[in-house]
Amino acid sequence: METLLIIVIALLAIAALTQAVRIFEISSQIKNSDSDVKVDDRDNNTQGWLMLLFIIFFFGAFAWQIAAYMDLTLPQSASEHGSDIDSLWDISMAVIVVAFLVTQPLLFGFAFRFRGNKNRKATYMEHNNKLELFWTGIPAVILAGLILYGLTTWSNVMNPVNEEEPMVIELYAKQFGWQARYAGSDNQLGYANVRLIEGVNTLGVDPGDKASANDVISNELRLPKGRAVLLKFRSQDVIHSAYLPHFRVQMNCVPGTQTQFQFTPSMTTTEMRQDPEVVEKVKRINGLRAERGEDPWEFDYVLLCNKICGSAHYNMQMKVVVEEQEDFDKWMKEQQTFAEML
Amino acid sequence: MEAHAHHKETFITKYVFSTDHKMIAKQFLITGMIMGIVGVAMSLLFRLQLAWPDKQWPILEALLGKWGTDGIMDPNIYLALVTIHGTIMVFFVLTAGLSGTFSNLLIPLQIGARDMASGFINMLSYWFFFASSVIMLISLFVESGPASAGWTIYPPLSALPQAIPGSGAGMTLWLVSMSLFIVSSLLGALNYIVTILNLRTKGMSMTRLPLTIWAFFVTAILGVLSFPVLFSAALLLIFDRSFGTSFYLSDIMVAGELLQNQGGSPILFQHLFWFLGHPEVYIILLPALGISSEVISTNARKPIFGYRAMVGSIMAIAFLSFIVWGHHMFVTGMNPFLGSVFTFTTLLIAIPSAVKAFNYITTLWKGNLQMTPGMMFSIGLVSTFITGGLTGLILGDSALDINVHDTYFVVGHFHIVMGLSAIFGLFAGVYHWFPKLFGRRMNKNLGFIHFWVTFIAAYGVFFPMHFLGMAGLPRRYYTNTAFPMFDDLADINVLISYFAIIGGIAQLVFLYNFFYSALRGKKAEQNPWRSNTLEWTTPVEHIHGNWPGEIPAVHRWPYDYSKPGAEEDFVPQIVPMSDDEMAGGH
Repeated sequence: METLLIIVIALLAIAALTQAVRIFEISSQIKNSDSDVKVDDRDNNTQGWLMLLFIIFFFGAFAWQIAAYMDLTLPQSASEHGSDIDSLWDISMAVIVVAFLVTQPLLFGFAFRFRGNKNRKATYMEHNNKLELFWTGIPAVILAGLILYGLTTWSNVMNPVNEEEPMVIELYAKQFGWQARYAGSDNQLGYANVRLIEGVNTLGVDPGDKASANDVISNELRLPKGRAVLLKFRSQDVIHSAYLPHFRVQMNCVPGTQTQFQFTPSMTTTEMRQDPEVVEKVKRINGLRAERGEDPWEFDYVLLCNKICGSAHYNMQMKVVVEEQEDFDKWMKEQQTFAEML
Repeated sequence: MEAHAHHKETFITKYVFSTDHKMIAKQFLITGMIMGIVGVAMSLLFRLQLAWPDKQWPILEALLGKWGTDGIMDPNIYLALVTIHGTIMVFFVLTAGLSGTFSNLLIPLQIGARDMASGFINMLSYWFFFASSVIMLISLFVESGPASAGWTIYPPLSALPQAIPGSGAGMTLWLVSMSLFIVSSLLGALNYIVTILNLRTKGMSMTRLPLTIWAFFVTAILGVLSFPVLFSAALLLIFDRSFGTSFYLSDIMVAGELLQNQGGSPILFQHLFWFLGHPEVYIILLPALGISSEVISTNARKPIFGYRAMVGSIMAIAFLSFIVWGHHMFVTGMNPFLGSVFTFTTLLIAIPSAVKAFNYITTLWKGNLQMTPGMMFSIGLVSTFITGGLTGLILGDSALDINVHDTYFVVGHFHIVMGLSAIFGLFAGVYHWFPKLFGRRMNKNLGFIHFWVTFIAAYGVFFPMHFLGMAGLPRRYYTNTAFPMFDDLADINVLISYFAIIGGIAQLVFLYNFFYSALRGKKAEQNPWRSNTLEWTTPVEHIHGNWPGEIPAVHRWPYDYSKPGAEEDFVPQIVPMSDDEMAGGH
């Protein structure tokens, strides 16, 4: 039904356009002049006003989008470095919004204010070095600040300082799923390579490496809250990208090499579920799901693939759980080690 | 037309294997438009999928055959559509269609030359482009489907047919097509550089060049320096795919098969690709900025504000564009120190960009704006250049890029700053130089309708994408329904798709206006926009050699609009300086 409706609308639009075109043609024949090609003051006036209307409409739509969907900040973060990134985000966004709100009205405002009129002559001005210096200098100063702030944040995120040794976990990617391998009690991952993949040993872990015996392989990623985690990424086939938006973490998984990212989760799944922003989002989404007759959804952290990797790229995900240390320890005790698995 | 011709021309030498830059420009434009129709149509197909993933569309089955069984789009063909859409729009429409058309048309006409330095090489450039376009279109019909690894064709995905069907014959044709395309670009660019440096008419010093020519000149240099690197990247990929080398492949098990490749690095490809890929953004954007400078100055009846600053900022942007490619690779595991360097250089680009934006705005100030469709699109370009450029401050900042990398935030950003700006530049150029291309005029009212619907629809499509990206929605997802956390974004996707359909339909107005006017439009006068530049001193009817007699000499810069003391509000470049002017400088 909706298909039909859209086809009808499209046909009507095309018909309306053809009619409009014919009206233009006929009217220009009647006038028998070049009024349909030559822009005159009436056009300048109409189009100038439209420019003014546009900027009002544009800003109105901008405000409506912010109100309807979300403000210009990122969703609540759940990692320690996440809040640093978010402050940088907010300041950058403030600069962007100010620049946007200043320049666009100038552009469209001038287009309206100086719309052509044959009784007026434009003012001849070629250049003004002071002005040029002014608008080279202002962005330069603002950017210097943004660059310094950005680089400091980047360096803090990439080189975190921790008192304790971070817990090492390998995230293993292949078309189209994720697996986690915990380094176990020695906190050392056993050597692994795709060439060693055999039978149940789907990650190609070397059974001869002593460090691999107590590794734990899991189909979900569980993390203790407040404990630094060093994620090491490996891929079996093509490039994938481990994207953990709630933790402000993203790193590509590249076949033939290993990449890493260290962070500290700061909110458990349970805590996040009680965050007002999340509560509201879940309510909104479950309203929509109820309309469609789908099961209600409960918030969970999630790991997504964010580098095009093939036909099921859109569904390459893994559940992530952050819990208190004791719950994590309890869960870990129940897991089979690599040695037991073999 | 024939009466003026210097020597006898057959149909073949005039319309097919022409060495006349004006005809070659038209060939580039028409081919680019055909490719543009294909590219935009593809985007409408995948917008259907994104907005209504559960719906069955009979049209999909009709168009896609086995890839659209029962009107449901196959995930592989979705990826193929986004891949080919990107490739076509970036290279075939906005590089060849934009730069190829206007560099060819305007370089000889605006610098006062009879033709390009080598008409023959120019002809070759077009025919390589033509062959490349044909092969790209043929690749849509191979059994395993067209290339589907994204327009950036990152290996190993693009190297392994086992990983995705599109990496079979489709990818081979893609690589062949792009190799021919690179040859075409290089032949064209070398010709542009040589022509601009050597064939300027008497009095046309570099500082008297219109900004269009400056933009084409710098663009050509960018192309010559960066396209060969893409060529080498493509060559190594061909070797990996067909001859068993391991430049990009190492330790891979795909579809249960262990590959013997060892020691290669997929990241090497990304460095090579983006060494072209980032300058490519400016290869697309600079000609559009050049066109809009010319169109805005002419129609504001005012000199472009800060000519030297405009030239300087073009050069600064071009230079910086070579040392920022790493900002596409912040999350590849690249050394964080390199990330810092690329953040620094990337954010610097905002300075010359801001200079350009402010100079455009100041050019409008106290002008006498003639709202031609070309002018409207140029103003639209400045708007999208600012809006899209600003979000670059987020993406260029490595720390912020972590969370929005490869999300819809990026899609919104680059479509606005480079897609829309460049396409608006292309439209501005077509409306402005249509009288020069076809000797006829386009209908202004259809132009206005085309502008407003396109402009609003374009913002309607790409502006909301930033919100999707901030919510963490990755790009290149066949559907967002696998993640309940994105359920509340579904209505934004519907809104975007409606705008896309409206914007697509608006292009029919343009196509109608274009072809109708080219064949039956009102005859143009010699200088319809009362412009200063040299192309408007040539006869309306095209002749070989451009000027019937001597090539006119140039006595002034191109932007003497509304000059005090002058009778008219424009003083063409061929008018000698008066004594007063000599005394006053310039």
